[in-house]
Amino acid sequence: MPIRFASKPGLVAYLTAGDPDLSTTREIALSAIDAGADVIELGVPFSDPLADGPVIQRASERAVAGGTRLVDVLELAAELRVARPSAGLVIFSYYNPVLRFGIEKFCETAEKAGVDGVLVTDMIVEEADDYLVHLRRHHLAPIFLAAPTSPDERLKKIAEVSEGFVYAISRTGITGAQKNLTADAGQLVRRLRSYTNLPIAVGFGVSTAEHVAAVGEFADAAVVGSALVAIIEKSTSEEAPSSIARFIRGLRESPSLAGAAALAR
Amino acid sequence: MSTTTLPTQTVNIPGRFGAYGGRYVPETLMAALEELELAYAVAQADPAFHLELDSLLRDYAGRPTPLYFATRLTEELGGARIYLKREDLLHTGAHKINNCIGQGLLARRMGKKRIIAETGAGQHGVATATVCALFGMECVVYMGEEDMRRQELNVYRMRLLGAEVRGVNSGSRTLKDAINEAMRDWVTNVRTTHYLLGSVLGAHPYPTMVRDFHRVISKEMRGQILEKEGRLPNAVIACVGGGSNAIGAFYEFLGDENVRLIGVEAGGRGTTLGAHAVRFNGGGSPGVLQGTFSYVLQDEAGQIALTHSVSAGLDYASVGPEHAALHDSGRAEYVSASDADALDATVRLARTEGIIPALESAHAIAECLRVAPTLGRHEILVVNLSGRGDKDIGILSRELKLQGA
Repeated sequence: MPIRFASKPGLVAYLTAGDPDLSTTREIALSAIDAGADVIELGVPFSDPLADGPVIQRASERAVAGGTRLVDVLELAAELRVARPSAGLVIFSYYNPVLRFGIEKFCETAEKAGVDGVLVTDMIVEEADDYLVHLRRHHLAPIFLAAPTSPDERLKKIAEVSEGFVYAISRTGITGAQKNLTADAGQLVRRLRSYTNLPIAVGFGVSTAEHVAAVGEFADAAVVGSALVAIIEKSTSEEAPSSIARFIRGLRESPSLAGAAALAR
Repeated sequence: MSTTTLPTQTVNIPGRFGAYGGRYVPETLMAALEELELAYAVAQADPAFHLELDSLLRDYAGRPTPLYFATRLTEELGGARIYLKREDLLHTGAHKINNCIGQGLLARRMGKKRIIAETGAGQHGVATATVCALFGMECVVYMGEEDMRRQELNVYRMRLLGAEVRGVNSGSRTLKDAINEAMRDWVTNVRTTHYLLGSVLGAHPYPTMVRDFHRVISKEMRGQILEKEGRLPNAVIACVGGGSNAIGAFYEFLGDENVRLIGVEAGGRGTTLGAHAVRFNGGGSPGVLQGTFSYVLQDEAGQIALTHSVSAGLDYASVGPEHAALHDSGRAEYVSASDADALDATVRLARTEGIIPALESAHAIAECLRVAPTLGRHEILVVNLSGRGDKDIGILSRELKLQGA
C-alpha cells in the first residue's frame, strides 16, 4: 500500500511502540488512524536515542524496560495492516536494532507485515547503498531526513533516494514540542521542492493545530510525535486511545476552533 | 554469539577501517562533519598549523614525555625490561591534552567560539576546559552523574578553569550517556559549536583525526627506545576504553610486525553483561553506537548494555573502530584486567617506582605484571602510562581500605 496523504495537510503520527505496552500502542494507533492520521510511524525503542528529546527518550526507556523488541514492533505492524488496510505504516528506528536483527531478515519480515516505509534516523545517504538494496528488494520505501543545515547537493541526493515522502526537519535540534515553528522549515521545503515531486512532511516540534495549519501552507504533511507521546505519558492505558483521537481531530480543526477546544478541555 | 552481518560496503568509503567506522548520525550533523573534515584536511596540509601545534605541545603541554626505564619493577618481576611512556607527566595529567590542543586549534580556525565535550574520568573534560581557557572559548562539558560522583576532583578542576559541567542522569549516568547529551547539544547548536570529542570514536573524521593527534606518543616512543636500546620493543601495552591512548601508542609500530601490540580492556567485576567493559573476545559484537560501526556491548535485541569498571575512563560500551579492525586482522591483541587486578597494579607500581598511575593506566600495568615474568631478560616491554592517579585518590582510599592495603 503506497503512502499517500488524503487531505491537505496530511498527518503523520509517531508512536513509540511498547509505550506503555504493545497492546495499548495497538489501540492508540487504531484510534489515531480513525481520527485522521494518514501514516503511523511506529518507533522502535532504543536504549540510546541521541536524536530524541526527553519526552521520546523517556518513552523509549519505558518500552525497552517493558521488553519491546524490533520483532514485536513488526508483529504490531502486521496487526495494524490487517485491521486498517489503507493506512500508511512506517517503521522508525535507530540503526543498531535493525543491524542486530539482520537487515535482510528485517526487510523480509517488514514486507510480509505490510509495512510501507522505513526511516532510520542515523542512516545517511552515503552509508545507505547496502541498506537501499535490501529495502528496494522488499518494496519498502526508504524515507530519509533532510535538515536545515543540509546543503543543496545533499538535499538533491536525499530527494533522489527517498520514496514515499521526504521528512524535512523543521529546525536544528532534537525531537520535542516547541512554541513556534522557525523560518527554517519553510526555506528547507522550498529548497527540497526543486529536487523532488514526492510529498514533503515537516516534523520536529509540530504540536498544535496552529503548527499543522502553518505547515499546510508550504508542505504536504505534518509529523506529530512528542506531543502524542506526552499525552500517552500522562494518560492511563484505558484513556490514551481516546485522548489521542481527540487530540488528532483537534489538529485538523482550524486553529481558532482548536484553541477554543483546548480551553474547553 | 554475534548474529550481526557486516555491511558489504567496505571499500572506498572515507573513514573506514576495514568494515568499521563510517558515519551514522542524524542528518543535521552532516554539514558540520563535512566542514570539520575539510578544515582538518586543510590544516593538515598547512605548515603553520603544525608549527603552532608542535610549539604548544612542547612549551605548554610538556612534550616530549620521557620514556622511563622502570628498574625496580623490572628487577622484581624478573623478566622483560620494562619501560614506561610517561604521558602522566603531561599538563593536566594525561595524554588527553594532545588531542584537545589539536582540536582547539582547529575549532579556532573554523571560527567556533563555543566548545562542548563529554568526559568519563574527567581527564578529557579537564583538558578541554584547559584548552578553552587558553584560547578564550566558552566550554560546556557533559558528564554522567555517576562519573561526577566518582571523579569529584576533576569536576572541581573543570569549574575552576571556567567550564560549565552539566550532569547527565539518564541511562547508566556514565560516559555513553554523556556522549548522547553532547550529541543532542551539538545537533541543536551545530552552527556555532564545535564538539571536541575525546576519543577515537564517533563519526568520521573523529576516529582518524583524534588518532593523528595522538600519534606523537608512538612516534616519540619509537625514537626513544631505539636510542636507549638500539632496537624496537617486543611489545607495547596500553589500556583501551575508547582507545585513544592505545591507538596513539600503537600507530607508528603497525608496520613493525615483530612488535606485539596489546590492548587491555576493563574486565570489571565479572563476565556477565553489565559487569565489565570487554568489547572484544566474546564480550561484544559488531554494531552501531554514537555515529560509528564497531564492536559494541549489546543484548540480543540490539539494546546497548550497561557497563562497569572501577575506572570511569574505560567504562564504555563501544570501542574505536580502528581497534575493531586491528582486532579482526589480528595485528593487535586485546586482553582484559579486572578491577581487582588494576587496584593491585596501582599499589605495585606506587611501591616499586614511586608512581601512582591513573586507574585506566593501571589496567595496562596489570597486563605488564602478568606478561613480563613470562618473557626473557633481553626482551623489552613498553607500557603507555596514559595518566596519573591523583584524580583517583578518593576511589583508591575507599577500595583499597576494603582490601586491607
